[in-house]
Amino acid sequence: MTSAQLEVLLQTLIAGVLLGGLYALIGVGMTLIMGVMKIINLAHGELMMVAMYIAYLLFSLFHLDPYLSVFIAAPLLFLLGMAIQKFLINPVLKVESILPENQVILTVGLGMVLANLATMIFTSDYLSTPVDYATKAWYLSDFWRSSPIELSLSYPWSVSFLIAVVITLCLGFFLTKTDLGKSIRATAQDSEAALLMGVNVDRMRVITFGLGSGLVGAAGCLLIPIYYLYPDLGGQFTLIAFVITILGGLGSTVGAIIGGIVLGVFESLTATYIGMGWAPVGRFVIFVAALIFLPGGIASLLQRKRFGR
Amino acid sequence: MPLLSVMQLSRYFGGLAALSDVTFDLQKGEILGLIGPNGAGKTTLFNVINGFHQPSKGKVVFKGKNISRIRTHKICALGLARTFQVVKPLRRMTVLDNVVASAFLRAGSKAEATRKAHEILEFTGLRDDGDTLSKGLPLGKRKRLEIARALATGPELLLLDESFAGLNPTELNESIDIVGRIKERGITMMVIEHHMKVIMSISDRIIVLNYGEKIAEGTPGEIGRNPLVITAYLGVTENASG
Amino acid sequence: MKRYLPFVILMLLVLLPLAGLSTYAMHILILVIMWSVIGMAWNLLGGYCGQVSFGHAAFFGVGAYTSGILYQKFGISAWWGLPLSIIVVAAFALVIGFICLRLRGPFFALATLAVGVILRVSAENLTGLTQGDLGIMIRTRTWVGKIWYFYIILALAAVTFFLVRKIIGSKLGYYFVAIREDQDAAESLGIPTTLYKTIALCISGVLTGMAGAFYMNYMGYIDPKVVFALHDISIVTIMVVMVGGAATYWGPVIGSVIMVLLAELIRSIPALGVAYQTLFGTLLIVIIIFLPNGIAGDWPNLKRLFGLRGAS
Repeated sequence: MTSAQLEVLLQTLIAGVLLGGLYALIGVGMTLIMGVMKIINLAHGELMMVAMYIAYLLFSLFHLDPYLSVFIAAPLLFLLGMAIQKFLINPVLKVESILPENQVILTVGLGMVLANLATMIFTSDYLSTPVDYATKAWYLSDFWRSSPIELSLSYPWSVSFLIAVVITLCLGFFLTKTDLGKSIRATAQDSEAALLMGVNVDRMRVITFGLGSGLVGAAGCLLIPIYYLYPDLGGQFTLIAFVITILGGLGSTVGAIIGGIVLGVFESLTATYIGMGWAPVGRFVIFVAALIFLPGGIASLLQRKRFGR
Repeated sequence: MPLLSVMQLSRYFGGLAALSDVTFDLQKGEILGLIGPNGAGKTTLFNVINGFHQPSKGKVVFKGKNISRIRTHKICALGLARTFQVVKPLRRMTVLDNVVASAFLRAGSKAEATRKAHEILEFTGLRDDGDTLSKGLPLGKRKRLEIARALATGPELLLLDESFAGLNPTELNESIDIVGRIKERGITMMVIEHHMKVIMSISDRIIVLNYGEKIAEGTPGEIGRNPLVITAYLGVTENASG
Repeated sequence: MKRYLPFVILMLLVLLPLAGLSTYAMHILILVIMWSVIGMAWNLLGGYCGQVSFGHAAFFGVGAYTSGILYQKFGISAWWGLPLSIIVVAAFALVIGFICLRLRGPFFALATLAVGVILRVSAENLTGLTQGDLGIMIRTRTWVGKIWYFYIILALAAVTFFLVRKIIGSKLGYYFVAIREDQDAAESLGIPTTLYKTIALCISGVLTGMAGAFYMNYMGYIDPKVVFALHDISIVTIMVVMVGGAATYWGPVIGSVIMVLLAELIRSIPALGVAYQTLFGTLLIVIIIFLPNGIAGDWPNLKRLFGLRGAS
């Protein structure tokens, strides 16, 4: 391998890991919702799109840095998510119908409405937040003058990655250490048992949907400095979140983090070595492979190790 | 040759042994009772026998054939049917259609399946409920529908998982009567039951599970006197009911 | 009377072109009938067998491209795509079934959704075969008028309708519904669930694929974004069935009449055209909440509702 080839490979891997960190944050929100409620939210990416437009508005009206808009957009999305669960999904879960997937189709309708409303308000133009650090990067040669290869680390990508890691760690702390978090995990494990133990399952569902939405909202704010924004971008991120959830193992936070990074690296490799257009196919190749060879996802690997079986 | 042999059967979930090293035989024509406290592994045993779960160790031999790696529907086609403790009626099908769907397994035509289904509804006392959607049935009749459906598949061995639980005294007597008549037809049965009076009266033999292990086997009389069983099982039920 | 209703409607439809309808009216009719075919096909798999597919555009698109590629690459009439897509789509459905049918419920739904997207992206990138985003265009149309297209899709719809009815009344239908109601129970009653789900997927896929092949011939142009569309094909298919009523014979037909007319209505009013998806999405939500079993499925409830109002 020549040093140029090595450079490309390493640069691809770095890009993949950074992308994967954001993917993980998007996936964690969905895995939480799917794990706790066995509900599939196909409007997940559209919720992220909403958060991105909020961040965009805050930036263009008040020049608020997108990273700071996390503190506004994520709570707003939390409230929006709670409202969706309370007023739309909970009632549907109580109605008997031929198709149990009614709830999934409901979220599809919701996603259509959100994307279309965004088009009507903001038109379908590509938007972005032109922050002054958008193209800043650290170079390996700045630190190591005689380095045989040159690698760069984009400033906004790295910051987004770090914030994503911090948020995920906070979530882990919340789920394992606080009473509310423990109730949510209990509901995820066995909602009937949780109900018997005095957990208000309906309320947990509302909070979890809010939490999942808030997380993907935060992800949207982290994504906007490095990505374009347009009304239809939600769909592909819903699929990404779903692939990560299956890859990581339903309801497993750790699985989703590893799954996100695996997916990011794999997509980055596909884009570099096969072609940009094929990256989504690479995504689904991983998905299909996970379905066939690893039905329980990465979480099942982790568990097997723990029990030694 | 026994109709069913369970040999050193173990099944683990994660690190927990739901069944460990369970061995017993079932002779043609007998009724084998299976008792044990909640969580003893009774339903897991049924799930392994009928192919929902694969054994972690050991094997299940039915009619001389190792069925431990065979899919559930094939096991049913071999002549081994079961009912579910938590009833699983095909909710938006009528009671008759539930049984017809099962009868197709050994019927060449829809007419034949329907005829057989009517006969089984008659046999199980569900004749008047044929046109009811099964989700509208009261629990007692749902339990009976489970038996009717299993019978419609033409089994040689029938696994009944708590088919008597939650029945009122009249229904209980009817169900005991049905089990007696099934036995007269030459169908072998294995019965999970908590109701001690019922299990003692209908079983030819009883085995007792506790924490996934077989702790006793014998005639109802022997089991009733076994001190191990009394501490492990009867003690628990007394506490639970008291 | 009820027994002969399908035949009466079929006869009326056969005679309808004699009434001298406008080209536009014929076009709408053709679309309604085509969507009925897709809806009935989806209904067999989703409504009766309980396997909700979010990716029927995959079958539609494979059928359409089978037709298109025959014309484009081999220079034979795209009409050969109709019989040929039986084989091609069936083979494709077997592969999809092998991968996706091991999943249950919502997971199957999402896997099929992914399949639809994979196919769209592949069709966009396999330019050697599909011409990518350029699409495939049939330069010399078979007929200028609509009437023959109308009879061809009507024949396909009639075959689909009676096939579905035949299947549902037979062992196959009993097994499909049993699988929908409880897969574990079905399996333990001796029903090979994987096999029968695969059968349902194949029949449903083939019928949808034939509709796709017809679409290629009728519209004369396809590209990946049109025939593999998630919203405009896969989701609309589900809506057609949901609005009309899942697991009913007439549901998909009623649904496609409503959906096609509604779409035309919304498109014809410029002020509403922009809000097209909002209206459809809202309609979807309203139907799921208030008419979870569709118009045909909730007909008794609807009648009661209006009957009460009439009385008071």
